Amino acid sequence: MSPEQQRLVMRALDAAPLVLFALVLAGFGALSPSFLAPANLVNVLVQSSAIAIVATGMTFVLLTAGVDLSVGSIMFVAAAVSGKLLLAQGWPPSLVVAGIIALGGLCGLLNGLLIARLGLIAFIATLGTQYVGRGFGMWLTETRAMNLPEAFTQLASNRLLGVPLPVIVAALVVAAAHAFLMRTPRGRQIYAVGQDAAAARKAGVNVRGVLWTVYVLCGLCAGLGGAVALAQIGSVAPTFGANKEFAAIAAAVLGGTSLFGGRGRVWPGTVFGAVLIQGIENGLNHLNADPYLYPLITAGIIFVAVLLDSARGRLRRTLGRRRIRPD
Amino acid sequence: MSALLQFEGITKRFGGVPVLRDITLTVEAGTTLGLVGENGAGKSTLMNILAGNLRSDAGRIFWDGRPFAPAGPAEAAAAGIAFVHQELNLFPNLTIAENLFLTRFPRWGRLPWIRRDALGTQTVRWLREVGLEATPETPVERLSAGERQLVEIARALSLEPRLIIFDEPTTSLSDRETRQFFELMSRLRARGLTMIYISHTLDDVLRLSDRVAVLRDGALVAHGPRADFDAARLVTLMVGRSLNQLYPTRACWEQSVPAPAVRPLLEVHGLTQPGVVRNVSFTLHASEVLGLFGLMGAGRSELARMLFGLEPFARGAVQVAGQPLQGNSPRRRLQHGVAFLTEDRREDGLALEASIADNLALVTLRRHARRGSGWLNRSALAEAVRSIRAAVRLTPTARDTAPARTLSGGNQQKVVLGKWLLAEPQVLILDEPTRGIDVGAKFEIYQLIHQRADAGAGVLLISSELEELIGLCDRILVMRRGELVDELRRPDFDRERILRAALHERTAA
Repeated sequence: MSPEQQRLVMRALDAAPLVLFALVLAGFGALSPSFLAPANLVNVLVQSSAIAIVATGMTFVLLTAGVDLSVGSIMFVAAAVSGKLLLAQGWPPSLVVAGIIALGGLCGLLNGLLIARLGLIAFIATLGTQYVGRGFGMWLTETRAMNLPEAFTQLASNRLLGVPLPVIVAALVVAAAHAFLMRTPRGRQIYAVGQDAAAARKAGVNVRGVLWTVYVLCGLCAGLGGAVALAQIGSVAPTFGANKEFAAIAAAVLGGTSLFGGRGRVWPGTVFGAVLIQGIENGLNHLNADPYLYPLITAGIIFVAVLLDSARGRLRRTLGRRRIRPD
Repeated sequence: MSALLQFEGITKRFGGVPVLRDITLTVEAGTTLGLVGENGAGKSTLMNILAGNLRSDAGRIFWDGRPFAPAGPAEAAAAGIAFVHQELNLFPNLTIAENLFLTRFPRWGRLPWIRRDALGTQTVRWLREVGLEATPETPVERLSAGERQLVEIARALSLEPRLIIFDEPTTSLSDRETRQFFELMSRLRARGLTMIYISHTLDDVLRLSDRVAVLRDGALVAHGPRADFDAARLVTLMVGRSLNQLYPTRACWEQSVPAPAVRPLLEVHGLTQPGVVRNVSFTLHASEVLGLFGLMGAGRSELARMLFGLEPFARGAVQVAGQPLQGNSPRRRLQHGVAFLTEDRREDGLALEASIADNLALVTLRRHARRGSGWLNRSALAEAVRSIRAAVRLTPTARDTAPARTLSGGNQQKVVLGKWLLAEPQVLILDEPTRGIDVGAKFEIYQLIHQRADAGAGVLLISSELEELIGLCDRILVMRRGELVDELRRPDFDRERILRAALHERTAA
C-alpha cells in the first residue's frame, strides 16, 4: 500500500465506531420502535452517566498507555463506606458524596504510589488493588446488602431545569476532563507521555507527575461514578461495581482511545462509547433478550473495537517508520 | 573573540572500553565547529556529555569560562545548549506548536491554562525562521520526514540557545530542504550563534564550518581552521588503524589453491522500499563471509531486517539456495535455513529473564520433540545445550538455569549466537555481533563466524567497525543512504576507498 492508501484506510478505521453506532441505533430501532422514543433515549443517557464518568477517568489512564483495573472495586469501596456513613453514622447525603469522591482519590493515590513511584506495571498493580478493594468492601459490609435511605436515592431522580441530575454530573465531569486534556499544559503532556515516555522524559516532562495525575483523576472519577450508580441503584450488594473496569475500558476504546497510548479524547469519544454500550444493553432489554446473552454481545463489540485499535496502531507504526532517504 | 566552550581532558569509558581519550578542544563564541569521525569515534559521546545525557569519567568542561557539568538535559538546555538529534524526538500525535512548547506553554498568568493565541504566534515565528510552511496546529504525523526535521530544528531554536549542536541534520532532508537549511545556518551564524555541526558529508562540513575537529577511536587527531583541511585529508585522518585488535585467519586465504566452488546461497535482486533502501542487489555464496559496511543511518540494519522478514519491502526478490522466499515471516526464513542475529541483543535477541539453557534451545525446540507424543526429549535437549555451550565457549561458571541477564555482554552474545548455530543455518546474518563486548569474547566470536563459513554456510556480517570487516571478510559491500555503492574483494581492501564510498557526497548546490 502506498502511504496515501494507508491514510485512507486509517480514515475508514477512525470512522468505524460511528458506523457501528449508527447500525446499533438503526438495528434496535427497526426491531423495537419504542427504542427510539425520546423518553427511552433520555433513559439511555441517564443509565450511561455512571459509566461515562468512570470511563472518563479510565481515558486519562489509557492515554498514558496504562490501565486501571481497580475502578470497579473503587466504586464498591466508595459505595460500601458511604452506605455505612449514611446508615450507621447518619451523615447527610451531600457530605457522603464528598467523602466518596475523596475516597476514590485516595485509592487513586495508592495506584499512583505503586505505579508512578514504585514503578510497578499498571496491569498488575491495579489488579492487586482491585482485589484489595473488593476484599475491604466485603469485610466492611460483611457481604450483606445495604439499602440506602431515600434522602440519598432521591439524588438520582432529581432534575435541574428538566435535566436529570446524573446527566448533569456526567456532563460537568466530561466538560472539565475535556478542557483539562485539551487546554492545560499537564493535559497535553499526558498525550506526550503516552506516545513515548522516554522521549517525554528527555524533553523535560515530569513523567512521574503525569502518571500520578492520571491515576488520581481516575480514582476520583471512579468514586464519583460509584456515587452516581449507588444513588441510581439504591443498594450496595457485594457485586456492586463488579466488571465495571471492563465496561469503562470498552467505552474509551469504542470511542477511539488507543490501548497503545497517546490517542483518544473524552469528548466526543469516550462519552459516545459509554452511550453506545449502554444503548446496546437497553436495546437488548427492549427486545426481551435473554440476559445471559448481554455479556456475549457486549464482549463481541468490544473485541471489534480492540481489533480496530490494533489495526490502527499497526498502520501508524508503518506510517511512522524511520526514513533514511528522501524518496 | 572569547571561548564559549572548552573541553579539558574529557575521558569516558563504557564498561572498561575507552570511548573518549583526553579530549581538549575550544569553541570560540560565534563560530561553527565541524566535527567528523568514523562510527564509534566518539562524536556522539562527546556531545552527549555536553548535553547532559552522559557524564565524563575525567576532565572538565568550561562554559562561558565557568566549570560546567550538566546533571541532565534540562540543565544543559537552561545553560543555553540545544541539541538537534539525528533520531527525532518528536511526538507525532501532538501539533507542531505543542511539540515546540511542551514544557513551557504560554499561560494566562499563573493559571495552568494554555494561551492558544500566544502559542500560535510564537510558533509561527520559529516556523518562519526555519522556512517550514505549515500552520502551528498541524499534527506532526502529517509532516514528511524532512519537515519533521525542520520542526526539531525550530524547537531547538525556540529555546534561544547560545550553542546549537546539529547531529547529521540533513540525512532525511530533500535537496531543496537541505539548501534551505544551509541558508538558515548562515543566517544563524550571521547573528552570532555558536554551532557544532556533525556530518558524514565532508564537503558540507568544510563549507559550513570555521574550524574542523577530527576524532578517531575516541581521540582528537586533528583540529584547526578549515583552510587546513580538504576532503581527502579528512578521510586519511579518520581512517587510521586501531592496533589492539587481532583477527583469526581463514585457511582458504593462505592457500594458493583456488577458492572452493562458487555456489550462490542468498540472492537479492532489486530490493526496494521507498524511504529506506533502493535497488539493492547482491549474492552471498557458500563458505563466504560477506561484509556490509555503512555509516550510521545508511540502512544496513533495515536491509537485514527486510531479508529476515521483519520489515516489508515494496519491490525485489530474495532467493535462498535457488528457491524464492515467499511470505514475510521469520519462521519461513528459518525453514529455509536463514538465521539472523539482531543488533540489539537485550531488546530483540535474548529473553533476558529466561535461563541460559532455554535461550539456547529456543530456536531448535521442535527438533527435540519426541516423534508422536510431541513431548520434549529433555536428555537430547540437554546434550545439545551442553555441546553448543562448549562450541561457543560459554563461561563454565554460569549454570544452565541462571537467567541470561546475569551473563556479561560477551557471554550473552555467545548465547544468542549459540542459539542460532544449533539450528545449523546455511545463511547467517549477523548485525553488529561484537557490539559492546570485550576483546577476548570478540576474538572467540570471530572464530565462530569463520568456523560456520568453513562448514559451508554463507555469512552476511554487518558492522560499524571497518577494521573488523577488513579483518574477517572475503568481500565487503559498502552501503550509503540505502544503496549499495561499492564492492571490494580480499586482498584488495582499501580503508580510504571504503570510507570515501560510505561518506555522503553532496548533490545539492
